[in-house]
Amino acid sequence: MQRQVALIKQSLFDQGYLDEQFMELEELQDDANPNFVEEVSALYFKDSARLINNIDQALERGSFDFNRLDSYMHQFKGSSTSIGASKVKAECTKFREYCRAGNAEGCLRTFQQLKKEHSTLRKKLEHYFQLARQAGPKETARRPK
Amino acid sequence: MEKGGFSPVGLRVLVVDDDPTWLKILEKMLKKCSYEVTTCGLAREALRLLRERKDGYDIVISDVNMPDMDGFKLLEHVGLELDLPVIMMSVDGETSRVMKGVQHGACDYLLKPIRMKELKIIWQHVLRKKLQEVRDIEGCGYEGGTDWITRYDEAHFLGGGEDVSFCKKRKDFDFEKKLLLQDESDPSSSSSKKARVVWSFELHQKFVNAVNQIGCDHKAGPKKILDLMNVPWLTRENVASHLQKYRLYLSRLEKEKELKCYSGGVKSIDSSPKDAEVNSGHQSPGKSSFVFSGGIFQKATETDPKPLASASLSDPNTDVIMPPKTKKTRIGFDPPISSPAFDSLLPWNDVPEVLESKPVLYENSFLQQQPLPSQSSYVANSAPAIMEEEMKPPYETPVGGSSVNIDEFLMPQDKIPTVTIQDLDPSALSSMKLQEFSSNVTNNTEAILRSWELPESNHSASLDTDLDLSWLQGERFLANTGLQFQDYSSSPSFLSELPPHLWYGNERLPDPDEYSFMVDQGLFIS
Repeated sequence: MQRQVALIKQSLFDQGYLDEQFMELEELQDDANPNFVEEVSALYFKDSARLINNIDQALERGSFDFNRLDSYMHQFKGSSTSIGASKVKAECTKFREYCRAGNAEGCLRTFQQLKKEHSTLRKKLEHYFQLARQAGPKETARRPK
Repeated sequence: MEKGGFSPVGLRVLVVDDDPTWLKILEKMLKKCSYEVTTCGLAREALRLLRERKDGYDIVISDVNMPDMDGFKLLEHVGLELDLPVIMMSVDGETSRVMKGVQHGACDYLLKPIRMKELKIIWQHVLRKKLQEVRDIEGCGYEGGTDWITRYDEAHFLGGGEDVSFCKKRKDFDFEKKLLLQDESDPSSSSSKKARVVWSFELHQKFVNAVNQIGCDHKAGPKKILDLMNVPWLTRENVASHLQKYRLYLSRLEKEKELKCYSGGVKSIDSSPKDAEVNSGHQSPGKSSFVFSGGIFQKATETDPKPLASASLSDPNTDVIMPPKTKKTRIGFDPPISSPAFDSLLPWNDVPEVLESKPVLYENSFLQQQPLPSQSSYVANSAPAIMEEEMKPPYETPVGGSSVNIDEFLMPQDKIPTVTIQDLDPSALSSMKLQEFSSNVTNNTEAILRSWELPESNHSASLDTDLDLSWLQGERFLANTGLQFQDYSSSPSFLSELPPHLWYGNERLPDPDEYSFMVDQGLFIS
């Protein structure tokens, strides 16, 4: 079971879903906060959902206020770095580039991709945490090999 | 003391970030550093908290992008109103943003994702700021500061039965000096040739006039002052940092009046070294020790008017004889010499007479950098004199010292009035480099350099030779902690860029290249 958990985590890193920030979070986890990483992750997804919503609405309005969109995305990017969501972060960067170029089409496309990555990550992490909890506390603290 | 692991327990940090995830993470990280953390999701809320308990926090860490208020604005408010060190954070590391942070007075600029090691060293900013405050406010007036730093000082630095507060300050000064030196042992990080605003006499007069015009200086904001001053090339930031210093100067004046260790506003400088020490301590401990020039000159001169010189007096190592006559000079001045340039600048009307009788002092060095119309001839006279008689004329000391003093006031550096000791990294401080310096500089600058030479020969990579021996304990401590400062160079944060801006007591010891620049342009900058 624990091995399974370890493998899942390793694959998340290998596939580029997560970067070393996630490991940093794991280091922070201790007896005082035994579920720290999971809590942070939950917080991230909750907050990022809100941000995605904001951007969705802004895009739907069709006015394409690039400055505003860029600002939202800046926020989103900052947030995504908090748990090491590297694929999501990459999409953020792309989006901002399109914003700066004033490319509405590019923005829309990238945003769809971003939402996809975001959703994928969330599912994977939920799965991971679930297993980790079942496997026992030790697993979450272990570094992937 | 462990190497690289030191972080003061209980450092009170206020974290401001609109991102709840980061707020949670930072809180955890800071708690792991054993700091006392307060989190805040809104800039306005943060300001409210800070204003409510003016002395309730040691350092503020804030994100740059926040919905209710620009992080830079918060930075400015905190810097001006509370003079707390502020660290900016962002996921965006664009140079322009970082520069903006610097201009607004940030102590550091961290990139997200932030690492533990970066947070572990934030206490150094607090220490640095405290030391600056001490120097600014001078001597006995410094009662405040964080508990932790006081406790720490007492535990590590105090020794000897001298005036405790002065002792502590001097040691703080040394500590910071060491801190900065260690920081800047990386030559690439030393010396920046950024253009700096030189607050000349005229400029300062304009500033003061503007402030007075506005009325109560508390209501005077940098923008208003800037508008009134009508100096096209001056920026609001320049004025803001200058204003901050000016306010500090004013508060110092207040405290000086309350000083008990001095009689009648004259920094009593009897013949005893202790007094001299107190005197220099009164001035601005940092400066005093820095300006060994005072010390060196002291040797030769009997009538050293400069309290600065007194700094060296207490240091047996430098073998400097602190002339007890500092008293003389002081009397003539109002405010006392010990005050940095502010003092010498503001009561200009009083100064000239005194100057004539006591040529050098502040005015002299000041003049050399920024020749004042009324003093220009004087400067011309004294300068050569100084050059030749380096060790002799009584006023030489003050020159070195005064240049430093004046600099303090005149050089508002981005609200980060730390000394560019870094320019003199430990290896650079070797006699050899000092020789280089000497060849490039003139007069007082040379004097200042020479002063540095002395301590250097005594202590390797230590500028504190002129300082109290009793400080040695602290020195050892620093040697340990110094190692952790290596983190600075490896840290990707903005901090490693700081050195050029770091002023020790607003004095600046430029590297050879800058030296002539400094002499020409007068000192620093912002």
